[in-house]
Amino acid sequence: MRKREVAIIGVGQTKVGEHWDKSIRQLAAEAILSAIKDAKIDRVDILYVGNALSGELALQEHLGAAIADFSGLRTVEAYKVEAAGASGAAALRLGYLAVAGGLADFVVVCGVEKVTDAPAERVNSALSLGIDGEYERELGLSLIALNALIMRRYMYEYGYELRDFAGFSVNAHKNAANNPYAMFRNPITEKAFVEARMVVEPINLLDSSPVADGAAAVVLCPMEMAKDFQAKPVRIASSAAATDTLALHDRKDPLFLEAAYLSARRAYEIAGIKPEDVDLFELYDSFTIMAALSLEAAGFAERGQGVRLAMEGQISLDGRIPISTMGGLKARGNPLGATGVYQVAEAVLQLRHEAGPNQVKDAHWALVQSIGGVGSTVVTHILEGPD
Amino acid sequence: MSLPAVWRTRKQRYSLVGEVCSKCGAKIFPPRDVCPECSKPAQTPYSFSGRGVVYSFAVVYQASEEFEEYAPYAVAMVKLEEGPMVTAQLTDVDPEEVKVGMPVEMVTRKLYEEGEGGVIHYGYKFRPRVG
Repeated sequence: MRKREVAIIGVGQTKVGEHWDKSIRQLAAEAILSAIKDAKIDRVDILYVGNALSGELALQEHLGAAIADFSGLRTVEAYKVEAAGASGAAALRLGYLAVAGGLADFVVVCGVEKVTDAPAERVNSALSLGIDGEYERELGLSLIALNALIMRRYMYEYGYELRDFAGFSVNAHKNAANNPYAMFRNPITEKAFVEARMVVEPINLLDSSPVADGAAAVVLCPMEMAKDFQAKPVRIASSAAATDTLALHDRKDPLFLEAAYLSARRAYEIAGIKPEDVDLFELYDSFTIMAALSLEAAGFAERGQGVRLAMEGQISLDGRIPISTMGGLKARGNPLGATGVYQVAEAVLQLRHEAGPNQVKDAHWALVQSIGGVGSTVVTHILEGPD
Repeated sequence: MSLPAVWRTRKQRYSLVGEVCSKCGAKIFPPRDVCPECSKPAQTPYSFSGRGVVYSFAVVYQASEEFEEYAPYAVAMVKLEEGPMVTAQLTDVDPEEVKVGMPVEMVTRKLYEEGEGGVIHYGYKFRPRVG
């Protein structure tokens, strides 16, 4: 079977935040209808819904049918895809496989998360359902604590202090100021970062991405049909995924995101490009240490040097490798299972040169990577713009 | 964690019993019946000494629901002297005093309880090595 090229012909986003007035279905429908309108299609073959915690937080599973029903897609084949923080990206990959393999022409990929229906304590506990239940969670560990353990060892081995990580959060907030869909559009300072309240030391409040409600969607179709619907189709040049041990302590090297490295390497291979060709990198900055390790795993910095890119301003919109161009998880907000689709939607806007004041000049190649757990599932896509 | 799961994992949880691979000799914890080094079946029980050193640590101020009442508390990745790494809470130590490389030993302690009159969960923690 010949593999088909796949294009993204529509994107839709809701604002990330506290949507007290909307259910998980309404949020998803808003993003889906907006993406379908952008793509101008009148037929959908499959709907993939990326979601991490709807059963736990929104008390609703069977999201495929639930969301198809409320999005005007009744009778359409539809499923939920779950891989913790990588759920949205995994849903995109399944959509890509369906179109590339010739089994579907028009696929909608929606990422959605509704967290504010649950009390804050339950949300806080649920965030750690993607780590090892028997050997991490049961002993008092959380997703944040595992990130803190990585960060502490990183600081110890490479000689960094908390202040050195500030650049990631400062950059994210600066970029979010111009994103109407972002949760936090206020700038923050290095001083505020250093003085923020500790959550799990050394990780503080301004080091962590805020978990919130949100939905984003994209529409896929074969490249050969794309121009009929969208003047600026964005090509999915490659799609790759890898897994690593679920528990952090089982890694040979806890400071290296092997699944991020492997999926990025595969994505570069298929797309036929190198890190130096990438114009922007929408990485998974759930915590600043994840941003640093992602930059290293994807070939933008040597081991232990990822933080330097932030310290030296190389991650800004006009820097060597712009990241979190619309605010990233830190400031756009982190709606868990929806996040991967937001990352892709933002990269598409950049490649269509529709990113407004945050436009990365002459953007042509975008790398997008989402992480489940502390790197246990990593999904990487490379997108190519029309210009 | 559910009651059956607590019961199922009591040996590893209360006395750090793992496995040793009869093919390549790797010491395995947590036990999984398959050697993570050579992928061969490994089901021979092996009792770990419980001694190790702190590889990394963190101080939990904002804990999950079950652990909220114990915060702040220190957690660590401990490199056991037999090879494997485990993650657990530190106990009998001021979080301020913890350092990477600190020698520690395993003790069995209460982890949390399921509300008043509920089941009490026990498991391993690590404390600064005594003697």
